[in-house]
Amino acid sequence: MMKLTTYSIVCRDAVELVSDYLEGALSRRDSRRLEKHLKGCPNCSAYLEQIRDTIAVAGEVSPNDLSPEALSDLVDLYRRFRSPLE
Amino acid sequence: MGVEYPWFVDDAELLQRLLAGDETAFAALVTRYHPMLVRVARYYVNSEASAEDVAQDTWIAVLRGVDRFEGRSSFKTWLLRILVNRARSTGTKEHRAIPVDPTSTSSALAGRFDEGGAWREPVVPFTDVIEDSMVNKPVVRLVHEAISRLGEPQQAVVTLRDVEGLPTTEVAELLELSVANVRVILHRARTKVRADVEASLRGGG
Repeated sequence: MMKLTTYSIVCRDAVELVSDYLEGALSRRDSRRLEKHLKGCPNCSAYLEQIRDTIAVAGEVSPNDLSPEALSDLVDLYRRFRSPLE
Repeated sequence: MGVEYPWFVDDAELLQRLLAGDETAFAALVTRYHPMLVRVARYYVNSEASAEDVAQDTWIAVLRGVDRFEGRSSFKTWLLRILVNRARSTGTKEHRAIPVDPTSTSSALAGRFDEGGAWREPVVPFTDVIEDSMVNKPVVRLVHEAISRLGEPQQAVVTLRDVEGLPTTEVAELLELSVANVRVILHRARTKVRADVEASLRGGG
């Protein structure tokens, strides 16, 4: 079995750190370990990019699943709310 | 019914117009935020119908209180606070237990690593798979579908943090979780969404 040195991590560990890394929530030590691993690992670098893309894409467009019926219900609610005032 | 305001008309302007009695401004705000409200409410209550009711109550509270909105927080934050307060009391009435998070990260990546912990197969960036960067619409759809398939609390966390872009501290406060907990859940959710999108792209879906 492969013996791990104190400062190196394997891919299986690296993927566990990626999200916190992007959140800026890793300790300096873990950040360094991850960055060192990423430098030598195209697969984990691609993985990081995939997670980054996933986050970017999630925020790109809010899914707009408001049906026309739901919208007209809410506009009716608005009209009922307004009418006593006018 | 058309919503006449495009995305670049900001919330503050829509609120001004709402205060002036502009119905289309209300329709625009509802179009922008109602789906989010229902999704977040779903975290607290045990049916889609209850979530819809809580979201509707939130809009009534907005109409009642819009003249008192001081703009110290964003409209989105203000809206979510109202929603969460309502959803919490409804959720309590329904005796809904806060769901635990049963899935671990490793299940989304099961079998992907060899005994030494290295990837068995190469990881291909999504951009390479998609080729044409102008055609990333399907990926947008895949990501949102993957999010909709998440269980709670993953869906609420990833919706608030990655879709709505709220700071982690605010997500934690709204969902009554610790920041550390939000980060763990977020990590699991993102891992799952990525794996889901990858599987769909591989399957040609």
